[in-house]
Amino acid sequence: MSASHIPQPDTPALRLEGIVKTFPGVRALDDVGFDVRAGEVHALLGENGAGKSTLMKVLAGMYEPDEGSIYIEGEAVTMRSPLEAKARGVVLIHQELSLAEEMSVAENIYLGELPRKSLGRVDWKTLHSNAQAILDRLKCGFDSKRQVGTLSIANQQMVEIARALTVEAKVVVFDEPTASLTDAEKVVLFDIINDLKARGAGIVYISHRMDEIFTLADRISVLRDGGYRGTLIKSETNEDEVIQLMIGRALDLTRRRAAAKTGKVALQVEGLSCGKLFEDVSFELREGEVLGFYGLVGAGRTEIAETLFGLRKPSAGRILIDGTEVEISSPADAIKKGISLVPESRKEQGLVLGMNCRDNITLPQVGDLTKGPFVSDGAEIAIFDRYYEALKIKTPSWRQAVGNLSGGNQQKIVIGKWLAMNPRILIVDEPTRGIDVGSKSEIHDLIRTLAGEGYAVIVISSEMPEVMHVSDRIVAMFHGRIMRSFTTEEVTEDNLVAAISGIETDKVA
Amino acid sequence: MADIRHEIPADRAGRSGPDSGGKHKGGGMAHSGLKSFAGLMARQGILVAFVLFLIAFSVFSDRFLSAENIFSVVRSSAIIGVMALGVTVVVIGGNLDLSVGSMLSFSTVLVVDLHDKIGPGPAIVVTVLATLCLGAINGLLVGVARLNSLIVTLGMLSAIQGLTLIYSGGKNVDIVHQDTTWFKIFGRGYIADIPVPIVIFAICAIVLHVVMAYTPFGRRIYATGGNPTAAVFSGIRRSRVVFATYLISALTVAIAAIVLGSRVMGSQNNVGQGYELQVLAGVILGGTSLLGGSGTIWKSVIGVLILGFIQNGLLLLGFEYYVQWLVTWVVIILAVWLDIAAKRGRLLSPIA
Repeated sequence: MSASHIPQPDTPALRLEGIVKTFPGVRALDDVGFDVRAGEVHALLGENGAGKSTLMKVLAGMYEPDEGSIYIEGEAVTMRSPLEAKARGVVLIHQELSLAEEMSVAENIYLGELPRKSLGRVDWKTLHSNAQAILDRLKCGFDSKRQVGTLSIANQQMVEIARALTVEAKVVVFDEPTASLTDAEKVVLFDIINDLKARGAGIVYISHRMDEIFTLADRISVLRDGGYRGTLIKSETNEDEVIQLMIGRALDLTRRRAAAKTGKVALQVEGLSCGKLFEDVSFELREGEVLGFYGLVGAGRTEIAETLFGLRKPSAGRILIDGTEVEISSPADAIKKGISLVPESRKEQGLVLGMNCRDNITLPQVGDLTKGPFVSDGAEIAIFDRYYEALKIKTPSWRQAVGNLSGGNQQKIVIGKWLAMNPRILIVDEPTRGIDVGSKSEIHDLIRTLAGEGYAVIVISSEMPEVMHVSDRIVAMFHGRIMRSFTTEEVTEDNLVAAISGIETDKVA
Repeated sequence: MADIRHEIPADRAGRSGPDSGGKHKGGGMAHSGLKSFAGLMARQGILVAFVLFLIAFSVFSDRFLSAENIFSVVRSSAIIGVMALGVTVVVIGGNLDLSVGSMLSFSTVLVVDLHDKIGPGPAIVVTVLATLCLGAINGLLVGVARLNSLIVTLGMLSAIQGLTLIYSGGKNVDIVHQDTTWFKIFGRGYIADIPVPIVIFAICAIVLHVVMAYTPFGRRIYATGGNPTAAVFSGIRRSRVVFATYLISALTVAIAAIVLGSRVMGSQNNVGQGYELQVLAGVILGGTSLLGGSGTIWKSVIGVLILGFIQNGLLLLGFEYYVQWLVTWVVIILAVWLDIAAKRGRLLSPIA
């Protein structure tokens, strides 16, 4: 946090003044202005839909603001394309990777600006030595000749970062960079960010994770409903104050619940296996109960959910619903048997993004909402209205394409879609991935309410606080096996981590 | 109601016109004017273009807007039009059908040949069933075996052409007693002064529009084309849906073949050659996305009519027949470009 590297303390690396951006029916950014100093990490926070993404796209030259000015090192600039933005020293590290998987790391880093020899031939030597230099600076353990598609997601993200560093970056924007990283990879990323900072770049860091923000940031700016709500200095504030600024009210995430009243066994799984994906999985789920599945990515949790939803065929074991053995042959079959699955990835599996909100919610049951041979408009709107109100979905109308909603509201649409099926057994895979704090606690409350109403709920989550907060019992998985199951009284962070790392076992699930 | 799915994402529709960059302050009237123009083009660009064409041609040719000429254009567009309806359904479902051209050759040869052998009624029944079988092959390969629809239907285009030649032995076929058969009604008849091909086109368009816009089945097609994975996760049986879209496409080809056979009362072995591109051109002009999940039946009707009127207008203005091929291409490129440009608010993509 030393200020000695800041070259010109008076001119900020980036200054925004009165930025306004409107879309039909929405004022996405309303008079947003703040500055990012050279050599600081400036966290940008806000709930989904607060305008962070729009602001980022303005910075990257993908949107032109309707009003307002952008200054880079004191100079007013207009940026009409990402290339122009990059030429001005503004680079963006996307949340979603955009790499050519078939090409080498070096080619990806210098894509579009490969070094040339005479006759336009690519200068492979220079290319690889330049690329390797950047990789070394980032302490990447892979070769510049490696094919990108063969790298892990985390390493691909490193390539994305390396690509941004081919220019002398004045402003680097990170958008949720840790969403798919392991803890060890995060440490490396934070080192890189601190290195960039020491070289005098201004860093804009967008994230929902408070712990990261309080580790990294020097200052924190908050957006809410498209408006700028203030900038806090990290050393003079705390999480509560930031959250309050973000959601406009105080939030209590720490409260403990009374133990739930559970009913009879709704779902019983005995010795279920699916090839090597998961083996010998047994558990039971009661009405009114929330059963948490916790484990590392790849531990087999999602695959169990997909098997219960008829997307995979089990290789061994039995599934019993209300004590009767069943075979679940397809999602349609699972739905008929009262199982709903809110899938892991809302964009790929949960929603048809080009379709409107109402049609997405009613999609699984559209065949039953008929008057004669036709879909009944009234029945559909009634269902939409019910979940629009119950879940507090923010959308101008049901006609809005789901792709235009913020992540939190998209997630609510997926949840609404499956609640509308009135399932007995609700499986929720990563219920709050990529969702802001406010929506997160709303969704947690909702899951608890559903259990209170007698739903049998399975929650799969990679976030320990979430799984501990929302579950009545927690099953810890490691390498496709259930290592141990905990009640809320037994569970601690330590024994949970031990169980998912394969250290501690207890076969009584 | 029907075009609710065609709404433009709000984060793109409102982008201002191509030349609005740079000056952010004081956009004023011109700015919002451009905005609403872009919005109009994005939503109804194809209709605007259609009207502009009609006006332009009618200025240069007084015959162009006569009832006689309009009927004649619509009637000659009916065959391609009916096929375009079926292909629109396939494309909304997220696939392509390039086999419709040679399928039309096959079905027309079949119905004309069988007419004199087993009588018009049985000939029609056999033709419809045989064409549905061809559609079912497409449907099985694309829907159930999950093969790429471009490859499957391109292969079928060639295979069906071969099948047609094997069937006919390379000879052209015709109907002997052209004036006495009731079969002539489909291509040459009138109902209340309206040519029957137009009536058939209209009925097919209305039926398919209702299916696509108002039935659960239509909704499933949009969902499958829009996001196949999400459709499966919603309990939709994707292979059945895709299979059904190819049956619909084949059915429209059979109908088109009956109209064509009845109109010409004979058929060459390659009568449908090149139709697949005209059909696809009409669908694209109508604004149906080749990526699937969006588009409407009635816009494909407009797309086909635009093609028909452009080709007719060029002839009336005295251009050679083959000029229309070039102009058709230009029109399609412009239509697609304007559509995209209106959505993103600039002519060229910002992501170079």
